[in-house]
Amino acid sequence: MQVLDTIDKHLLNDFQQEFPLQSRPYQHLGQRLGISEEEVISRVGRLQDEGYISRVGAVFTPGKVGASVLAAMEVAPQEIENVASIINEFDGVNHNYEREHAFNLWFVVTAPDEASLAAILASMREKTGLDIMELPLLEPFHLDLGFELQWN
Amino acid sequence: MELAGDDLFRMRLIGWLSRGLPVSATPYEDIARNLGCNEVDVLNAIQELREQNIIKRDGIIVRHGKVGYHANAMCVWDIPDASVADIGRKMAAFEFVTLCYRRPRKLPKWPYNLFCMVHGKSRDKTLGFVEELVQALELEDTPRDILFSTRGFKQLGANYGISPTGTGVA
Repeated sequence: MQVLDTIDKHLLNDFQQEFPLQSRPYQHLGQRLGISEEEVISRVGRLQDEGYISRVGAVFTPGKVGASVLAAMEVAPQEIENVASIINEFDGVNHNYEREHAFNLWFVVTAPDEASLAAILASMREKTGLDIMELPLLEPFHLDLGFELQWN
Repeated sequence: MELAGDDLFRMRLIGWLSRGLPVSATPYEDIARNLGCNEVDVLNAIQELREQNIIKRDGIIVRHGKVGYHANAMCVWDIPDASVADIGRKMAAFEFVTLCYRRPRKLPKWPYNLFCMVHGKSRDKTLGFVEELVQALELEDTPRDILFSTRGFKQLGANYGISPTGTGVA
């Protein structure tokens, strides 16, 4: 894997909110970064392939659209990869992490509405044979604006 | 749920935005073609979603684990209900706290009602941040737990919208 250069770092840090709403957004990024539109596009593609960029898209305010829940499971350590892969087969699963706790598998399930969400969770319980603790968001205290990446 | 007209358009657009725009010179035009509308309709709709605060932010979504923020810890606290909103707002103001939410307790196994995500470049650094929270907000006697992530199995977008193929949720 290549080391990130200064332009890559700016590309990752400087455009985490209010992506330009214009026909050629990467032209605008290129002007800001002092490189061509083509080079911006190729860098974004590479950073995505290498896993630095999850996507160029949006983060939504919880509760404002669709339905979501933070879910946690207690999984036997030797089963965790298997259970995680069953969970990941469902559309709308993200942030699936193993964590150091008796509840050792944590993920977020999203769906267009509450009924679909409930159906997904029921199907997950059935396919894994395990219980799922549901921790819906009750009140957000934080406005997610991305955050200033510190490179050192 | 049957959607039609503007609602259907909006949910399909949200589907695109949660999965990611095509990385091309003209991403909005590409989406418009897929949705059967004009580019300006897509641009206006995104602007509207921003104004309605449905979009929290949009742009390049970075995987923090890849850029050196390896020690991603979920810190959970059991705060008296009367003060959880106050503590939550104060906690959210710290720079290293990237998310801060109130969630339900699930007794007896899960006594915690306040969640925050703390991103640090190392375990020690992250633990130091948590200690800073404890001292600043006088949480020395508050039951808490720190759940470090040891492995990521997936980090993709949400699926609030309808997928580009129009099939909704699998």
